[in-house]
Amino acid sequence: MKVFSQLGEYLLFLRQVFTRPDKFRIFHQQAVKEVESIGLESLWIVSIISIFMGAVATIQMAFNIDTPLIPKYTIGFATRQTIILEFSPTMISLILAGKVGSKIASEIGTMRVTEQIDAMEIMGVNPANYLILPKIAAAVFINPVLIIISIVLALMGGWIVGTATSLVTSTDYILGLRSWYQSYDVFYALIKTVVFAFLITSISGFYGYITRGGAEDVGKASTKAVVQSSIFIILFNLILTQLLLND
Amino acid sequence: MIEVNHISKQFDGKQVLQDITTRFIRGKNNLIIGQSGSGKTVLLKCIIGLYIIDEGDILFEGKSLMEMDPASRKNLRKEFGTLFQGGALFSSLTVEENVMFPLTMNTAMDREEKLERVNFCLKRVRLENANKLYPSQLSGGMTKRVAIARAISLNPKYLFCDEPNSGLDPSTANVIDKLINEITEEYQITTIVNTHDMNSVMEIGDQVAFIYQGQLWWEGSRNDILQSSNKELNDFVFATELTKKLKHKSA
Repeated sequence: MKVFSQLGEYLLFLRQVFTRPDKFRIFHQQAVKEVESIGLESLWIVSIISIFMGAVATIQMAFNIDTPLIPKYTIGFATRQTIILEFSPTMISLILAGKVGSKIASEIGTMRVTEQIDAMEIMGVNPANYLILPKIAAAVFINPVLIIISIVLALMGGWIVGTATSLVTSTDYILGLRSWYQSYDVFYALIKTVVFAFLITSISGFYGYITRGGAEDVGKASTKAVVQSSIFIILFNLILTQLLLND
Repeated sequence: MIEVNHISKQFDGKQVLQDITTRFIRGKNNLIIGQSGSGKTVLLKCIIGLYIIDEGDILFEGKSLMEMDPASRKNLRKEFGTLFQGGALFSSLTVEENVMFPLTMNTAMDREEKLERVNFCLKRVRLENANKLYPSQLSGGMTKRVAIARAISLNPKYLFCDEPNSGLDPSTANVIDKLINEITEEYQITTIVNTHDMNSVMEIGDQVAFIYQGQLWWEGSRNDILQSSNKELNDFVFATELTKKLKHKSA
């Protein structure tokens, strides 16, 4: 019963968020700030994880395709498919759910318990719209860019480790990357990323917004935001995969 | 003038406010006093519309808050200035940006006009050189003064102050009281101050409403308090030996 009550609360919250901003100039300024806060500040962690995961994926592929019957360029092909279809959009989004989700929930939660949100409301401002909509817009815009960067870096990581350890030659790896390429795969990855970006920002914003109490409750809200965002990412990953990849 | 008619409010089955009827007069400091947990903050939040009341009505210059559509309510809120207990300054904005925020969101002023108004408000609270400071760099008293400057930036008709002196030393608290009093008289606004600071009551309490266990227990002026025989009020106001002696002396 509590699940339905909270779902209802979440939908009402979204209705408040998706109203026309009072001042588009302010909304634009806020969204640009959020692009920096959500996107650019995550670039470092996304890059590091992507390079290493690409490298590990290549080693694992080489280990599993250790037979003369399968050509070596399959290593590059399989790495590319893993990275584009699953690793970059889903894994990186899960990491962003932790990093960005906790930041949003604790920021909004702190504003709630210190009455900053009440103050905004009293000034005739719609706080949900003013605070959350720029975050959603920024994440929906910048996360696909992060995922593209992640894909490129992961494939580079795979190439560096694969060639450095002689598991695969540079020519075979690059041939694999170029084999049976379908741009739909990238489209699928970006669709997933946009949905995950929306889930991370809206769910984290929601848990921050409904925080009541003090510092401990802000911490709880932050944890709930990360857990729920991650669960919904995994759930929507399954749904979107079924919808977009099932012929 | 604000009229509160027979309002009640409960949370999770617990009655927090019960059948409260009173009025808050324009140009006066209307104080709501009571022990912690008596319901005075809930009453203030009901008046400013942050909590929806279960029963009764709240009238602003005769217009019912309950019957207002969202647009009218939003317009009414532009006439509110609110000072929250902790100041509720936006921590990511400077003092100048905090005071400018209501102007940016609610007026079509250009930056020069807004800056002029901000500087006027900061001067009014005697904080001329604090524009570029962040809330984390302010003392408790300065935070409250910035919050007052922000509250008056839109020339409000109503000023609501929730525990304006909490966490302040008596001397700084007195400065805040005097500031609230000056602003109320100068702009002839309806001011409601929620407090349990007896110095404030004696300093600026033109009209005092005593809330006890969610009910309006006593009403009068600060002078009436000294003469009152209401036991609960006396237990609350004259809680220390010193204040008891003062009451005895005045009697």
